[in-house]
Parts: sequence; C-alpha cells; structure tokens
Amino acid sequence: MTRRSETLLALAGAALILALAYAVPWLRFVLTIALAKGLAVLGILLLLRAGQVSFGHALYLALAAYTVAFGAVVVPEALLLLPAAALLAGIVGLLIGLFVVRYREIFFGMLNLALSMVFYSVLEKFYALTHGADGIRLPPVTFLGRPLAGEAGEWTVLGMALVLALACGALVRVALASPLGEALAGIKTRETRLDFMGVSPKRVLLAAYVASAVMAGFAGAIIALTTRHVTPALSYWTTSGELVFIAILGGAGSVLGPFLGAAAYELTRVYAAATFANAWQLVLGLVLLAVIVFAPGGLWGMITSRRRAA
Amino acid sequence: MAGTGRDGIVTRREALIGAGAVAGSLMLPGAGAWAQGAAKPAELKVGIATYLSGPASVFGVPGRQTAEMLFDEINAAGGIAGVKVRPIFVDEGPGVDHVVGEYRRLVQSEGVHLIFAAISSADCIACAPLADELKRPTLLWDCGTQRIFEDNRYSYAFRTQANATPEILAALLYLLKVKPDFKSIAVINQDYAWGRDSWDIFRTAMNTLKPGVKVSAELFPRFGATDFSTEITRVLALRPDVVLSTSWGGDLDALIRQASDRKLFERATFVMPLAESSLQRVGKALPAGHIVGARGDHWFLHPSPTDPERLKRFSESYRAKYNAWPIYPCFHMAQAVSAMKAGIEKAVAAKGGGWPTDAELAAAFKGLEFPSPTASVRIREDGQGLENQLIGTTLHSDKYPFPVLTDMVVFPAESVTTPVGQKSADWLKTLTPDIVAKLPQAQAFKS
Amino acid sequence: MAWLSMAWLSDNGILVGLALLDGLSYAAAVFMVAVGLNLVFGVLRVLNVAHGSLYAIGGYAAASIGLFATSLGAPPWLGLPILLAAAVLVGVALGPVIERLLLRRMQDREPVLQLLVTFALFMILEDLQKLVWGVQPVVFDAPLKWLGTVDVPFGQDVIPFTAYQLYVLPGVALATLAILATVLRYTLTGRMVVAVTIDREAARAMGIDAAKVTMLTFTVGAALAALGGALAAPTVSLVPGVGASTIVLSFAVVATAGLGQIEGAAVAALLIGLGRSFAVYVAPEFEVVVPYAIMVAVLLFRPQGLFGVAETRRI
Repeated sequence: MTRRSETLLALAGAALILALAYAVPWLRFVLTIALAKGLAVLGILLLLRAGQVSFGHALYLALAAYTVAFGAVVVPEALLLLPAAALLAGIVGLLIGLFVVRYREIFFGMLNLALSMVFYSVLEKFYALTHGADGIRLPPVTFLGRPLAGEAGEWTVLGMALVLALACGALVRVALASPLGEALAGIKTRETRLDFMGVSPKRVLLAAYVASAVMAGFAGAIIALTTRHVTPALSYWTTSGELVFIAILGGAGSVLGPFLGAAAYELTRVYAAATFANAWQLVLGLVLLAVIVFAPGGLWGMITSRRRAA
Repeated sequence: MAGTGRDGIVTRREALIGAGAVAGSLMLPGAGAWAQGAAKPAELKVGIATYLSGPASVFGVPGRQTAEMLFDEINAAGGIAGVKVRPIFVDEGPGVDHVVGEYRRLVQSEGVHLIFAAISSADCIACAPLADELKRPTLLWDCGTQRIFEDNRYSYAFRTQANATPEILAALLYLLKVKPDFKSIAVINQDYAWGRDSWDIFRTAMNTLKPGVKVSAELFPRFGATDFSTEITRVLALRPDVVLSTSWGGDLDALIRQASDRKLFERATFVMPLAESSLQRVGKALPAGHIVGARGDHWFLHPSPTDPERLKRFSESYRAKYNAWPIYPCFHMAQAVSAMKAGIEKAVAAKGGGWPTDAELAAAFKGLEFPSPTASVRIREDGQGLENQLIGTTLHSDKYPFPVLTDMVVFPAESVTTPVGQKSADWLKTLTPDIVAKLPQAQAFKS
Repeated sequence: MAWLSMAWLSDNGILVGLALLDGLSYAAAVFMVAVGLNLVFGVLRVLNVAHGSLYAIGGYAAASIGLFATSLGAPPWLGLPILLAAAVLVGVALGPVIERLLLRRMQDREPVLQLLVTFALFMILEDLQKLVWGVQPVVFDAPLKWLGTVDVPFGQDVIPFTAYQLYVLPGVALATLAILATVLRYTLTGRMVVAVTIDREAARAMGIDAAKVTMLTFTVGAALAALGGALAAPTVSLVPGVGASTIVLSFAVVATAGLGQIEGAAVAALLIGLGRSFAVYVAPEFEVVVPYAIMVAVLLFRPQGLFGVAETRRI
C-alpha cells in the first residue's frame, strides 16, 4: 500500500474514532483504551519485525501508569506526566534491554515475562506504598493548568491518545522503511549476515526495544489518565499476552494494524462480555483462532487482500 | 462538565440518526428515559458487577444466583412501587479498566437506574467516584476495604454492608473472649491487598488490647496458591497457640484440607474470619473447636434473627433452587436488593407517590435502614453500612454433613465499627480492654 | 543475615531438613507439569499455553471420575489408579484432536502464530471448563486419606506429613523421569523423538515419519499435563484460573531447563521447588519471586538454559 493511501486511511480512521466517540459517549472510554493499547502494540510490532516476541511489555505499561499515579501527587500536570512516564519507561527499557537483547525467541520472551512478573510482585509487596491489588486512585490532574475532569477531560485524553497514535505511527512507519527497519528484518531471517555487514544486531534490537518501551510507556500513561485507577494487574503476564494477541489480530503488515487490532479487540470484548457475560473469553478465543487460521495477515491483511482482489 | 446526562445522549442520538447502520446498531440498547421530570420508568434496570470468571467466582456466582432469585421474587410480587426490575450482570474478572468501561456502558448505553458494584475492593474504589461523576446511585454490595468512606465522601455511592474493620475486629474480640491466655500467633494470608490489610487491622487491634503476643510467623503465600505444605510444616514446627487466616475460596479450602490432613488443627486454634463460605465444601475435614466468621451476621442457622420466618424463607428457597445453603455473598446481595427496594420506596413516598430523580433517590439512601435476612442494616451519613457481625466456633452435628457454628456471638454493629470521620488505623489504637468485657452472651447451636 | 552463619545452621539443621521434604514434593508437582510442556516444545517448537488448561481438565476429570467411583462404592485403594486412568483418558481424548485439527495446520506458519493458537485454545478451554465443572472448588482426597500420615521426628517433637506428599508425588515424578529417559534413549520410537527434536528436517530426510512422531509426542505431553492435574486433585482445590497460574510457573521451568531437555526440567523443578521452600523459612516475602529470580540467574550464565545446546550460527 502506498504511503499516501496509508496516510489517508489513518486520517479516515481518526475521523471515524472521533465520530464514534461523539455519537456513542460510553465508547469514548473504550476507544481511548484501545488507542493506548494500540500504541503499546506498535512497539510489539517493531520487535515482531525482528522475529522477537515479548511476553513482558506490560511491565512498561504498569511502570508508566504508576509513574503517573505517584507523580500526579507532586506535579498534577498531564502534559508533564505523560512525557515523564514515557521517559522513565524508556530508561528502564534501556537498562533491561541491555540484558535481554542478547537473547532470542523463547528466551527473549520468557525473560521479559519473568521481569514483568517480578515487577508485579514488587507492586504487591510494597503494599504500604502501592496498596497492593487494591491499587491507587489518581489525584485530580490538570491539562495546561485546567482540571482534567468530566466530559471535557475525556475528550482531552482521547485527543492526546489520538495525536500520540498518529505521531508514533508515522515515526514507526518511517523507521521501518529506513535501514534500521531493514536491519530488524535481517535479525529475523539471518542474523549472522548483519554481523558480516558490520551492523550490530544487538544494537539494532536495543534501539527497537527502547522505542517499544517508550511507546508502552505512553500507553500506560494514557490508560492511567483514562481509568484514573491503577492496579498491579496492568503488569500481569496476561496483559502482555493481550498485547501480542492484538498485534496478531490486527496484522503485522502495517502500522495501522495495531490500532485496527486494538479497536477490534476492545469492541469484541465489550460486546462479548455484554452478550455472554459468562463466556466472553471463549468468544475472544474463537475470534482469534479464526483470524489466525483463515486470515494469517490479521485484519489488516484481510483489508489489503480484498483491495487487491477488487 | 461532570457527568453525561441521559438527556444529552438522546439529543445527540437524534442528531446522528443518519450516522449509518454501524453506529446505529451500537447505540441500539439506548438510554431509557428517566429524565429530570421523572416519569415512572417502564422497567427498572440494575447493573450488577460480580465475578463470573476467575477464582473469585466462588463468591460472584452465588451472588448472581441470589440476585436472580430475589429479582424474580420482587417481580412476582408486582415489582418495586409497581415497576418491574431487571438485572444486567457484568464480569469483574478482566480487571479494573474493564469494569470502569462497563460501568460507563451500563449508565450511558443500557441506561441502568442503579448499579451494584462490586466484589473486588479495587473495583469499588474505582467505581465510587464514577458514581458521583455520572450521578448514578451505586450500592457497594460486597467489597471489603475500609478505605472508601474513610478517605473520601460520595453523594451517590453507599455501602450496604460492613467493611474489613468490623469483620476482622469481631474475630479478634471473640478470640480474646474464648481464649484469653494465648501467647503466640502465626498468620497465613493470601498475598494481596485483602490479606495484608486484614492482618494490619488484626495486629493493630491485638497490640492495643493484648500487648506482648508473640507473632511466630507471617506467611503470605501467593494468591491462588494450591500447595501450603511448606507453610504448614513451618507452623507445625513453631507451635503457635493461634493461627489466623483471612484467606477465602479455593485457597482457604486447600489450606483447611492440608492443615487437617497434617493434624495442624490439633496443635493450634484457627481463626478464620471468612470460613463460613467454605464450610459446606470442606465438610468435616474442618474439626470442631475453631473460630469462624462470615463477614457480617450471615449464617443460615442464625441463633436470634429479627424475623425468623424471613431467614428461613430466604435460606430454604436458595437451597431449593441451587442445592446449597446460602453463604455470605448471598446475604450481601440480599442486603443490596433489600436496600434498593427500601430506598426507592422511601424516595417515592417522600415525593408523595411521584417517581424520584437520580439525586432524590441517592439522597434516600443516606440514613436508610432496611431489613436483612437476619436483622437490619443502617446506612450512616458517610455512606458506610452498619451491619452486625457473627462469629462462632465450629461444632460437628449429625444433622449436617459439614461443621455448624456454636457459641455464637452477635456483635452489635456500632460496637465494632469505626465511628464516622475517624480512620480505622487510629481508632483501633484507642480501644480499651473493657470492649471484651462488654461482649454479648454467646448463643449455643440448637439442633 | 543471621541465617547464613554456621551457628544458625546447627540450630536449624532439622528445619532445613523439613524444608527439603517440602521442597521435594513441591518440585515433584512442578516437574510433572513442566516435563510435558518441555517435551512438546522440543518436538513441535511451540510453547503450548493450553498446557495449563490440560492440567486443569486432567485435575477436574480425575476428581469427577474419582468422586463418581466412590459414590458407587469403589474401595479407597482404587483412588490412585483412577487418577492415572483419568489422566491417560484426557491425554488420549484431547491430545490428538488438538494436534491434528490445529497445530498441524499451523506447522509451517511463524512461531508466534503457533503460540497464539495455543493462547486462543487456552482461552476457549478456560471457559469450557467453567461451563462443565462450574466455579465451586472441586477436590478428590480419597487416595490421600487412604494413605494416611507419616510422623517425621523434629527434635523432641514430631511433624506429621501426608504419605501422599512424601512418597506418591516424588515417586510418580521419579518414575516418570526414569520411564521418559529410558524410552527416549533406548527405544526406536524414543530415538525418533530425539531425532526430530534435534533437527526435524534431517530426521525426515532419514525416513522418520515426523508427523506421527509429533502426534505421539503431543499426546504424551497432554497426558502428562493431565497427570500433573490429576495428581494435584487430592490436595489442591480446583478452581477457575488454576490453569493460568500453573502455566506461568511451567514457562519458567522450561526456560531454565533448556528446551526439550527432560533431565533439565527435573533439575530446574528441583531448584525452583527447593528455592521456594527455603524462601518460606528465611525470606517469606520473596517466595513469589523465587522461580523468576532463579530463571534470570540461570539464563545470565547459561543463555541456552541449564541443559540447552547452543545452536550453531546459521549463515
């Protein structure tokens, strides 16, 4: 798909989200969460390009969410909290990245999982500070000095999520088309060749890893600002699994895939839960199974293949 | 602008009627019109957040069953103030952000008039402010944390049961009464907020009322742990006089069974403030002589219910329908349903038969006293419910295949609840030993 | 750090012994789940998330069949054989179906897709299991009650352990390890499994029916998962979500062990079991983190896991 048509699609998608959020007020919340998760999945997509799957990116999500929750006590300004949370996620991502980029495939996935589970335990352990599983509620937050609350607050957070999604999406698209992107794909096919070309696969993967941590950080901050309540469940392994799930559901072929996947995932879950409160997991599982078996390119792949056929 | 009035939705809906089939189908459930003019609704919709998946569904599903049974009973009797009621259940299993999203959907799309939330304390903490924001009367029906009304005030959220402080304090007072000379204690609690919070409450009160008790071990096995062998070995070796466990569900069942298999019950007195909900499952694996609570005065064989017929009817219809005696979440649900009925009737009466607005209905819950299956509950001015507490000692009787309770003490709610405006952590430090001396008489099991 | 001194050890020597007993039985339980997962990973190169569901279903099925048999008047000694039979039944009933209908179709797809298929399966089975067995905890403790307890001396005191925990769990785990190791090393089928584990292409080139080997391995793996659940049924209360918490622990064991390594799984399970048990004595706050700490520590020094073989660099 050409760059121009992808940009047009992205803008049309953004317009659709705004229209839906306007028409169906309760969907504003769901769509904001979906955009946030899409941001985190964008990072997963970068790593997938290198053939690596992280089962621990919920760590950065939770880290950023807790940064916002604690930071808001000191500086209740969303425009400062958001970059601060992403920055911290990036720094921790760099430190952890230095360690995990030496590993591949299942070891890479499992180490990430282990570290996020350790973080999960820490959140539960430092109970006096974090209130454990009960979580903490965000104090009132401002946006440019004005209180971020009520309907206007919801629109503002949705707007921030949308801007971040468009910006990160554009950046990732540029990065994937650049030599860095080619090198990432090189890790997946034949890593040794990169070495021969004088490119350090570890350094390439580290760059992608830090970028993915930052994007997960943005996502965590948006989630915290939206739900206004953070719990350790954000860092549990099933949350990481959910991100990978969304990546596959949406399709790894385009930067639009993660957002498509996240929207489809959240809406499917909400409607499945509303229709079969008892068996929503089953419905989600069946949807995922159907996508993998019949549409390996994900939802994005379905759209593009139909276009090609038409 | 706080809160999205349902009138707003209606106009936007009209404006967007042409927005296409996709958006249209999303909006179909629509918002019921219960506008400020307050015409009587055709049907009263109640959103109920409960666990339908995951380990806490051992409470969530009985809660749901009770709601279904009682809603049917209300409708068979003609509804509340002539309006039929309908429950809409949502699953707490997926976590706080799902529940917060569902809360908004219930209010803004389903147009529910009331919400019962929730079992998880995290969900309650997140939903109570939402109640004020969206201006929808919300009854906190089962969550335990005392933080909600001690840290904040809400106009639309009310708790129709007690909280962790009275539930745990009552168990400690009972222990001090029946086993005043214990010297050491070990704790085996689940490693999450409830396990930590409840131990904090117990320890704070114990250090005030009986300083110098040795804490032999503080063990917090993983939430959802299935094997307690190491913990049991350690406690067997340490030989404390008392073992406290506020665990519940599968964790508590496994702990009781494994402790029973390894004769730990013969070496120490167990205090289990939530074990009433496990009695029917573990059966006589749990020996006689151990202290059991029920997060309230919930016991199908309550020794002195206000209305014995009411308790009997409730217990036996539940048993006839679901083949088990009701456990505490069933009673908690019954209290929420009873509060809803009493609250609406009070608000309707206050309006001389007219239908109340959301704000008028919410105001009706403040100070409301409503009957529970065993006694009655009053909602204080801070929104907290005052609920009696029942603690007893296990006894094996031939009449039931599981332990029953004897030497039951029913603690009047006021005597064990943190007063309005105080924090539990501070209040517990002001207790004096005469609180134990003033305890009501114990009542024996009557076959 | 009082516990590091020799004086502490002499005072608490017997306690260490007790921790060892608990650690062993816990390690046995962990091994039973992880070994099947590791075996399957070796041959299929898929980390089977649904392994946790098979564990739960094995446990539930064993408990149901056991309780049913008891209600018909079956003698208590029949309990143990029932557990074994239930596990085999679940493995044979579900294993081939899952492998044939799902995994085989996915064989040539990207590894992450294969993994996600098992994740989807896990979600489906989790709800199905809830629909079949409900949400109330289920247990079948006849075998445990029948075997009774053993008193282990502790100073002047005795500590009762259940014979089931002391003998049956480690016994079954050891037997499983011995049988698997023997079959893999000395039988033709076993060697074919090893060959496919090491290099699927080469094994096929040598005329090994890789499809058949895969189906067989997956069935055995499914039965082992079910056996892990069945063996837990007498002590554990089966509740919704029990599969999810079991599977993360098994992941840690597999990564620590090295992929496809049976003996590695045994050593890793032992490390994790003993580590957790000692943690309860010396640092109960860190009990939950122990498996992950061990895994990170092992991978720091042995990037391929304890017994993993470094792959040659492909060009």
